[in-house]
Amino acid sequence: MAAKPRVAFFDFTGCEGCELNQLNFENQLLDMLEHVDIVEWREAMDDRPGEYDIAFVEGSLSTPDCIKRINDIRRRAKVLVAVGACAVQGGINGMKNTRPIEEVREEVYGKDKYLFPTLPALPLSAVVKVDVNVRGCPMTQLEFLKVFTALVMGKQPVEPNSAVCVECKLKENECVYEKGMICLGPVTRGGCDAHCPSFGQYCTGCRGLVPEPNLKAMEEILVKHGLSVNEAWKRLHLYNSHELEGLKS
Amino acid sequence: MTRNLDINVEHLTRVEGHGNIVVNMREGKLEKAQLEIVEAPRYFEAMLKGRSFHEAAIITSRICGICSLGHQITSLKATEQALGLTVSEQTVLLRKLLIHGATIQSNILHAYFLAAPDFLKVGSVFPLVSSHPDVVVRALRMKRLANDIGEVVGGRAVHPITPVPGGFTHIPAPDELKELKRRLVEDMTPDLLATVETLKTLAGEIPVFERDTEFISLRSDDDYALYDGDICSSDTGRVADSMYREMTNEFIVPHSTSKHCRHHRSSYFVGALARWNNNHDRLCDLALQAAGALGLEPGCCNPYMNTIAQVVEAAHCTVDSIRIIDELLERGLQQEEPDQEPTRFGTGVGATEVPRGILYHEYTYDRQGRLTAANCIIPTGQNLENIDDDMKKLVPEILDRSQEEITSYLEMLVRAYDPCISCSVHMLDVDFVE
Repeated sequence: MAAKPRVAFFDFTGCEGCELNQLNFENQLLDMLEHVDIVEWREAMDDRPGEYDIAFVEGSLSTPDCIKRINDIRRRAKVLVAVGACAVQGGINGMKNTRPIEEVREEVYGKDKYLFPTLPALPLSAVVKVDVNVRGCPMTQLEFLKVFTALVMGKQPVEPNSAVCVECKLKENECVYEKGMICLGPVTRGGCDAHCPSFGQYCTGCRGLVPEPNLKAMEEILVKHGLSVNEAWKRLHLYNSHELEGLKS
Repeated sequence: MTRNLDINVEHLTRVEGHGNIVVNMREGKLEKAQLEIVEAPRYFEAMLKGRSFHEAAIITSRICGICSLGHQITSLKATEQALGLTVSEQTVLLRKLLIHGATIQSNILHAYFLAAPDFLKVGSVFPLVSSHPDVVVRALRMKRLANDIGEVVGGRAVHPITPVPGGFTHIPAPDELKELKRRLVEDMTPDLLATVETLKTLAGEIPVFERDTEFISLRSDDDYALYDGDICSSDTGRVADSMYREMTNEFIVPHSTSKHCRHHRSSYFVGALARWNNNHDRLCDLALQAAGALGLEPGCCNPYMNTIAQVVEAAHCTVDSIRIIDELLERGLQQEEPDQEPTRFGTGVGATEVPRGILYHEYTYDRQGRLTAANCIIPTGQNLENIDDDMKKLVPEILDRSQEEITSYLEMLVRAYDPCISCSVHMLDVDFVE
């Protein structure tokens, strides 16, 4: 039998909720451990060795030190997986990019702003090659298990690319628009099994935009239901500022 | 003694977030002993400015995954006070149940996965899978049940979905609550007793170190205050939660991207040990028995005992969760809509005990229900000055040990506080002045 894959976990700027979600696989954790060797995980263990077959990376890049570290991880990892909205599309950290960086720094630290360097928040893919994405805020647990299993078996995982609306309809949920709420399901990438609309909440767009999103059609739905297009755009920026800036240019 | 000492632990492991321990001693004189916070600043104010009250809790819960439920509930309380939204008794009961679940999960995660490896002299929980399989399986079972409370009531344990301003978007089914209760009685309660037995065998590994300090927590006349109460200092007594700025007094230091706090002395302590010291008279019998068995006394000044206080709290939260579920089932669960019609637009404060200590959110809304000012003060930020003060007293007391032992004592000290560094560098303390 071939040696077990060497797996490592890393975190950048973010809330570490995705890592916590990995520790929350209480029912599967012992089985997962049988198939891999975890060689580095700062949040859970002391060891810090050299090379990895699979690196799971959470968080976005937002300081000069982050850029140095992610390049180093990329060099040492055969497969690099971006985990969660911050790593995949910049996520909620990208919101700070919509305002001049000097203004933001001054607002928080005042005259002491030069003590703490910062950069615009970037997804991993803006700096290094990313092999696989696990989306969501926090990362979708089912999707992580699928990706984990595929990689351990040496296969390339398939990324979902249809909208949240498709999964929501399959679950026969009442449409969120019918309840008079803004919902980002029409332009957001599925794979979460429409988790939030299934619990009575609107889709917040945390899994990023579908490929070639039809934003015009979403505006039409909003207008038809008497909802604010401006407010919907604002909510779409919450997780997707980096991607939306890219669409503009 | 004329010893020189240079300790530099870069990116301390088994804590949430990025921090370095730095100690320098020159010819017996302590020049520096501090926890440097090097987590990248988050700049949450840029995310909150002008956002709708529907989004405030969704955004602030992303300050920290481990504390996401605590941020969410605290945020909702601040928003509801600012906008004059009312919540039902059922909503309060469900929120208290969610807090119990999050507290059990966080305290158990810390005790078993982050702190226990130190007591057993291993680098992580993973070697314990083969050396102590029954202990690891028990810890996983306890964590799973605690997380299931979050999933059943909150829709998701990390960044819950259903709690919104004015109530819940989804009410759990009675059968789901009954099943949670069954597992709390049949699994969690015996697992807690077993946890106490395991910890008793490790009690000798807990360092003996004391430093008298100020303990700050919520305090309530009705229960062991977690969801709400007055702010209570062991030095100066009780004040209303609206006085939180007088109790925290944030300031910037160059070695930390997180702000520090102080009140009546040079530093103060928040978290399970502070709650224990201020509110042990409000705990249930099972929790008091656990405290007795583990040698946790009222007025305890040993920060390493914070981990023990967390286990004592897990016992209390378990018993009280069973009581809350009984009350909910007896009342009958109502499918009620959240109250989201503001009756005023102003400023509101929320204060909640989250696993790592007292958490404050304050928001101001304009007449469109959009945020114009926000302030969050995080437990770990409040503890940082206390940790530095502990280190300054501890290092001279253990100078006869080797550098490795001193380093290990310091790492264990910081871990005992169960710091949440992502939280502490949220950097959200701004009035949005244009």
